[in-house]
Amino acid sequence: MTLPSQAFQDDSLDFKELKFFPDLPKRYKIDSVFKFASWAAVVIALSVLSILLIEVAIDGLSMINWQFLTSYPSRKPADAGILSPIVGTIWVMVLVALFSFPIGVGAGIFLEEFIADSFLENVIEVNIANLAAVPSIIYGLLGLQVFVRWLFPLTQGRTIISGALTLTLLVLPIIIIATREALRAVPGSMRQAGFALGATRWQVVRDIVFPQALPGILTGTILALSRGIGETAPLITIGALTYVAFLPPLSLEGLHSTFSVLPIQIFNWVSRPQQEFHLLAAGAIIVLMVLLLAMNGIAIYLRNRFQITR
Amino acid sequence: MAFNSSSVTMTEVVLSLRKLNVFYGSSLAVRDVNIDIPPNQVVAFIGPSGCGKSTVLRCLNRMNDLIPSARVEGQIFYHGKDIYDKVVDPVDLRRRIGMVFQKPNPFPKSIYDNIAFGARINGYKGDMDELVETSLRKAALWDEVKDQLKKSGLALSGGQQQRLCIARAIALQPDVILMDEPCSALDPISTLKVEDLIHELEAQYTIVIVTHNMQQASRVSDYTAFFNAEPTEKGGKVGYLVEYDKTDKIFNSPQEQATQEYVSGRFG
Ligand SMILES: Nc1ncnc2c1ncn2[C@@H]1O[C@H](COP(=O)(O)OP(=O)(O)OP(=O)(O)O)[C@@H](O)[C@H]1O
Ligand SMILES: [Mg+2]
Repeated sequence: MTLPSQAFQDDSLDFKELKFFPDLPKRYKIDSVFKFASWAAVVIALSVLSILLIEVAIDGLSMINWQFLTSYPSRKPADAGILSPIVGTIWVMVLVALFSFPIGVGAGIFLEEFIADSFLENVIEVNIANLAAVPSIIYGLLGLQVFVRWLFPLTQGRTIISGALTLTLLVLPIIIIATREALRAVPGSMRQAGFALGATRWQVVRDIVFPQALPGILTGTILALSRGIGETAPLITIGALTYVAFLPPLSLEGLHSTFSVLPIQIFNWVSRPQQEFHLLAAGAIIVLMVLLLAMNGIAIYLRNRFQITR
Repeated sequence: MAFNSSSVTMTEVVLSLRKLNVFYGSSLAVRDVNIDIPPNQVVAFIGPSGCGKSTVLRCLNRMNDLIPSARVEGQIFYHGKDIYDKVVDPVDLRRRIGMVFQKPNPFPKSIYDNIAFGARINGYKGDMDELVETSLRKAALWDEVKDQLKKSGLALSGGQQQRLCIARAIALQPDVILMDEPCSALDPISTLKVEDLIHELEAQYTIVIVTHNMQQASRVSDYTAFFNAEPTEKGGKVGYLVEYDKTDKIFNSPQEQATQEYVSGRFG
């Protein structure tokens, strides 16, 4: 080995002491092993998913027609449809969005912008992270006790409003965490610029930080809602029905109506022995997935819409 | 303490720092700073990295309040009133003492809104279009952007962005403008534009500028404060004011050897 010894002669570092063993072939081999491993992971994940989707599609696509979408559930598979579960799902999700967005975003802003780095914030942060990890059935039990029983005078028991409030509890921690992430992504220099112009903290949040964080907040909220839309366990716990042969009136009265949602209808149908009901379930699954994809589509649209153009 | 009050005789002062100590947590970052800043003058803060220039600058409009660990001892009088007194509202103070940062930080809003923002939140009732135009003219940016006021402030070049930030600060008709290395991210031509701008603004405003560029300090400033840092027993470093005087004295006949070495580039 030849070192440009002259160039280094005056240096105190003795470069002859340093020894490199590049061993490129071995490093490349490790590269390719990992490349193969991650490729295999993608294939496994995607193939399981596509088997699931294909199977559901084969069973369910033929079920989906106008009659299926506009009929109430029935004991006779040929007459059965998913009108009331679809409407129930829409009712519940709209209410959950109305409740959880302001509360979740408000809490996120308070934690991140107003009491950041305080002891209180650390305590709350740990608790919210834990809440996000609580199994959904626990929220069901909580909803059963608080909304169905204690707040009976307000909620009238096992009603749409009780279901929506229960799911709101479930998605709130996720929305709060997403809001905080989005706020944290706004550079500190923006806040400093605002304060240096004589803005109050609320003005900085409202006019500078929040608009920049909005796309991220909206995306996080909709992803949280799409978790809520698929939840079955908490709603079964609070006693949502499986046969609902009417639609809630489109008024405040509707809040006190009993209800069903798509995942519960699906759960009910797949737990029956008859093959015909399994096909109905597959059809309902496709409808639920279309709803989910539509929500994710809205999330992407809103993100691009509010993205601040550079 | 090399601050020699007899060497700088001022009848009127805008800002006066008295025995200013700044702590981050429990560690003292800058100690015992005494400076008097006269109106309509440019004061430069120079000194090696980490000696506390930005720290002192941020005290002047209480931006240090935003750093939870920062704590200030001593007094800063602004027109004779201690700005760390309880009765002083930092929000009001910051409208009067504007700030321009090292990295240009326009809002991701239109050029127009970048300037209108500060005025709106401070309850400006006058003609907004006129205010935007005047501020951009004063910041020597009007001719370059007058046809594209709706364009995002982020679409400008770095030098233009920095002048937009200066325009934004001017729009509030402040009394003092603090600038923390405003040209460090700029090319030489933009730097000269900003320096020309500082010269023009001097007639109306008092300016405090932090710079690492000796030529810049000697070109733009009337007074210069040289800061240095020395090791503490605890193994940290504490910054202090070595010398504060008229700029030509600091550069040509400083009283301290360290100042002499620093301004002539033989420091360290
Ligand atoms: N937010 C902070 N928290 C804790 N310590 C800080 C903070 N900001 C600055 N310091 C410390 O205070 C000292 C002075 O820092 P300051 O940024 O004021 O130096 P400076 O003179 O502006 O340096 P430069 O020329 O590199 O900008 C440094 O030792 C630094 O580590
Ligand atoms: Mg600095």
